[in-house]
Amino acid sequence: MDAIMLQEKLVERLLCPRVRTARQKEKQYVGFATLPNQVHRKSVKKGFDFTLMVAGESGMGKSTLVNSLFLTDLYKDRKLLNAEERINQTVEIIKHTVDIEEKGVKLKLTIVDTPGFGDAVNNNQCWKPITDYIDQQFEQYFRDESGLNRKNIQDNRVHCCLYFIPPFGHGLRPVDVEFMRALHEKVNVVPLIAKADCLTPNEIKKLKDRIREEIERFGIKVYQFPECDSDEDEEFKQMDKELKECTPFAVIGSNTVVEARGQRVRGRLYPWGIVEVENQSHCDFVKLRNMLIRSHMHDLKDVTCDVHYENYRAQCIQEMTRCVCVCVHARAKLAQDNRMESPIPILPLSTPDAETEKLIKMKDEELKRMQEMLNKMQQQMHEKDQ
Amino acid sequence: MCRHSLLVSTVFDLALVTRARAGVDVQRHATQEKSVRPLSLSGHVGFDGLPHQLVNKSTCQGFCFNILCIGETGIGKSTLMNTLFNTNFESCESSHFEPKVKLSAKTYDLQEGNVRLKLTIVNTVGFGDQMNKQQSYQHIVDYIDTQFESYLQEELKIKRSLHNYHDSRIHACLYFIAPSGHSLKSLDLVTMKKLDSKVNIIPVIAKADTISKSELQKFKLKIMSELVSNGVQIYQFPTDDETVSSINSAMNGILPFAVVGSTEEVKIGNKMVKARQYPWGVVQVENESHCDFVKLREMLIGVNMEDLREQTHTQHYELYRRCKLEEMGFKDTDPESKPVSLQETYEFKRQEFQGELQRREEEMRQSFVQRVKEKEMELKEKERELQSRFEQLKRLHQEEKGKLEEKRQSLEDEVNVFSNKKAAAELLQGQTFNSSNSNLKKDKDRKNSGFM
Repeated sequence: MDAIMLQEKLVERLLCPRVRTARQKEKQYVGFATLPNQVHRKSVKKGFDFTLMVAGESGMGKSTLVNSLFLTDLYKDRKLLNAEERINQTVEIIKHTVDIEEKGVKLKLTIVDTPGFGDAVNNNQCWKPITDYIDQQFEQYFRDESGLNRKNIQDNRVHCCLYFIPPFGHGLRPVDVEFMRALHEKVNVVPLIAKADCLTPNEIKKLKDRIREEIERFGIKVYQFPECDSDEDEEFKQMDKELKECTPFAVIGSNTVVEARGQRVRGRLYPWGIVEVENQSHCDFVKLRNMLIRSHMHDLKDVTCDVHYENYRAQCIQEMTRCVCVCVHARAKLAQDNRMESPIPILPLSTPDAETEKLIKMKDEELKRMQEMLNKMQQQMHEKDQ
Repeated sequence: MCRHSLLVSTVFDLALVTRARAGVDVQRHATQEKSVRPLSLSGHVGFDGLPHQLVNKSTCQGFCFNILCIGETGIGKSTLMNTLFNTNFESCESSHFEPKVKLSAKTYDLQEGNVRLKLTIVNTVGFGDQMNKQQSYQHIVDYIDTQFESYLQEELKIKRSLHNYHDSRIHACLYFIAPSGHSLKSLDLVTMKKLDSKVNIIPVIAKADTISKSELQKFKLKIMSELVSNGVQIYQFPTDDETVSSINSAMNGILPFAVVGSTEEVKIGNKMVKARQYPWGVVQVENESHCDFVKLREMLIGVNMEDLREQTHTQHYELYRRCKLEEMGFKDTDPESKPVSLQETYEFKRQEFQGELQRREEEMRQSFVQRVKEKEMELKEKERELQSRFEQLKRLHQEEKGKLEEKRQSLEDEVNVFSNKKAAAELLQGQTFNSSNSNLKKDKDRKNSGFM
């Protein structure tokens, strides 16, 4: 073996001296290894934005969890409705926007709150305001993107929706299933088990298995963590696997700081013990925070842009081209019959609603009928001529 | 002397009664007490054992108690029942996808000491799971009314056996409130309002180990204030009996009870207690500083069970009965405000009913006759129409026939003319032939003569 290798090297040296110099040149430094740093610098300068939606019945601890996640108090002086006022309540959409900064990195955080969801006695279609809001944001972005001046586009699209499942039941309820199904193709849905301090570890495991099984059974496409690359280190892969097996996260939130084991931590004080929000053996809050903020925030934004928004955009354009096609088709037929030329109109940039669609279909059928009659008459004339 | 006073008192009484009838306001109380005077005994008679006799009799008979548990699926109704009565009432988990609210009732025979209890537990299935919960309370109200109705039917029977009757009326309703920490849900308010006049409602906060002490105080206050401001009458523990009034009034202030249920046991110290084991501590069900379970058990079973039954019978059932009978048209007094007995009302009702029946019969007969007439008219019309059409057709037929005759006639004429012409033509032809022949002959003769 060695003799052959030696021979090869000899041949190389004799035949291709230039190759040797090129390889020598490769060892010199080019400089694009600093690209990640450049990206980092630019992004810090630009700042980040993130829109988070929280949805669930009232009393599930949504506000408390948001406060615990971002370590601020976003809900000062909030007015809660009485039971009587909530009998016929409709869902509102309330946005809170805050600018927070950490180590020079600026984040413009928008929390979209949905008070009134699931609170009325009749909850049919109670998620409609929410889906309308998400579609509106997509439409706004679509318009901005297709406009002429694109310098200052504000991205208000919802990047993630945290859905709070009550822990008091045996699994998902009809309103949970319907809501997630209405939203899973518009936004990244992350289901959470709220108020997890009412469940023992066994009960949590049973409930998680139940919910995972029901999510699959009902075909709900919740947000999936991206697969990690095969060349990542084992520790990361292990963490990733654990994360995936832990969904849906069972979370506890707290607005108060208590003294536990000599430290001041966020927690809830009970006569029988203290629940620590950031204790991994008490709840999955830390996992949620890591996932949402520390590792997967950008992936959530990417999936929103690449998958949900693109779906919306494709649908929108298809609707428009269908309208244009039908119009073109109709006008072409008329042109054939009447030998008239007419320009194809440019339709406005909006999705047609059900009424105009119906009208278009009707006109289409009328035209088909006229065409058939014409054909028949032509045939008759033809026969007569013969 | 004795008889004289007796006579006086009787006369006095009569006078009073007549005066009352005349409408004069008289204080009968004092006079009644005067006519029934308290007597003091000079020895031990023995009727102080009457309550014992009653107790013995009821213990032999056994007691009956019916509880209705209303709450969302999975809120802990079955677990709490198991914990309260220290047994395992077999029940399976229900699903969240029931299309309507149903009620499932199960009866159990329990025994403690020498007291037998026939316990019926009614659970709601699928409560709070539907998208549209506007009709959720209806099934519960219907169930309660059905139990009242069957008791009423039994009471109104001619041959009845009330002491053997298994009383299925709901004596207590435990309403399980979800521990959201804010306030009641809209469904809770609507349901409790519909039920407060039909059953004794005892609200409890379920799964209370998720609310901390400070939040619990606020939550309880909020719930009670919402109930009061919406006029919901929940069951108040009775405070008229001195032996239990103090404890009952204290408990009235702690409502709604925040309970935790568990059938699992955990070792605390050297005892096994019912508890829930968490990573951060152990919630003991029977520890009064952890939850109000012990208070609930005492109040519901230990102290006030009999009062709950009494209230159901004297208050809720009577209200139902009165409404039902008034609906049927029975009243205690007729329009002239004279007391009227049930029998008279019955007779009156029956006559009314008969009259109504006759009237209906008349009406039906009339409408039947009317319909027959109408049909007859219709048929006559049709007949006339047919007749006129027939005539018309006949006329047409005649006309056509006439025309055809004409044509035939004209054709015949033509044929005749033609045959005449033909005959004439033939004759002419014959003549010309002859004449031509003779002409030829003449010509020939001339020719011949010419020659000669």
